[in-house]
Amino acid sequence: MPGIKIRLKQQDGITRIRALISHPMETGYRKDEQGNKIPAHFIQELIVKHNDNIIATSIMGSGISRHPYFAFKFKGGKPGDKVSISWRDNLGFSDSAEKIIK
Amino acid sequence: MFKSRRNFFKKTIGAAIYFSSITSGLFYSISAKAGWPSAYFRQNSYKNALKELFGNQKLSKTENIELKLPKVAENGAVVPIVITSKINNTESITILADKNPVPLITQFTFAKTAEPYVSARIKMAETSHVVVVVKAEDKYFFKKRKVKVTIGGCGG
Repeated sequence: MPGIKIRLKQQDGITRIRALISHPMETGYRKDEQGNKIPAHFIQELIVKHNDNIIATSIMGSGISRHPYFAFKFKGGKPGDKVSISWRDNLGFSDSAEKIIK
Repeated sequence: MFKSRRNFFKKTIGAAIYFSSITSGLFYSISAKAGWPSAYFRQNSYKNALKELFGNQKLSKTENIELKLPKVAENGAVVPIVITSKINNTESITILADKNPVPLITQFTFAKTAEPYVSARIKMAETSHVVVVVKAEDKYFFKKRKVKVTIGGCGG
């Protein structure tokens, strides 16, 4: 399963970004079948970029749902421009993906 | 002599940055080096989370935040939320759920080119209020909405 799926749509000079990230977003409160606590594992930081410019950033806890979905909008995107999304979680894992505006 | 003077400047500048960040309330900004402010998420009561996030800033109730949320969430593990701020120069949008074990869910910070819009899916432990706080030009605004949760989404 790919880590980050990005969809872009342009309308009236505004680009809408929709992103679906593959991540367990474990709270640390849940227990497995043996009754052992499942350790917390969640994304802490997210960065959204248009070419090399940051559009938005997010800090989050485990209150974001499993396999997070986010949508953003920004001005000034042109066909051929790059939109990228990257994240880093509490265990130090990270991932990023990019997509070109059509 | 020179060394100590340099240290003095270092310390003074460091202290100045430190204090200005305290007075500005929200330490996190997109120009700052990436860092996850654990203190924001360590708070286990809504009141404490607000205090840690916004200090003594006044939060004004507003209708200029458009909030799309279900009235009833059958599954608290996945509650869709769409926020559009109509407040000029919106810099950040913060989402809290007042009865979650960790009340702060997320905080978005926007560049000038971003529209003050965000959509996400959040977890809610039980029936409670979702509170959205917008920071704009050093002022803070909020809108809150009750969501009835049939099955909680945190303990599992």
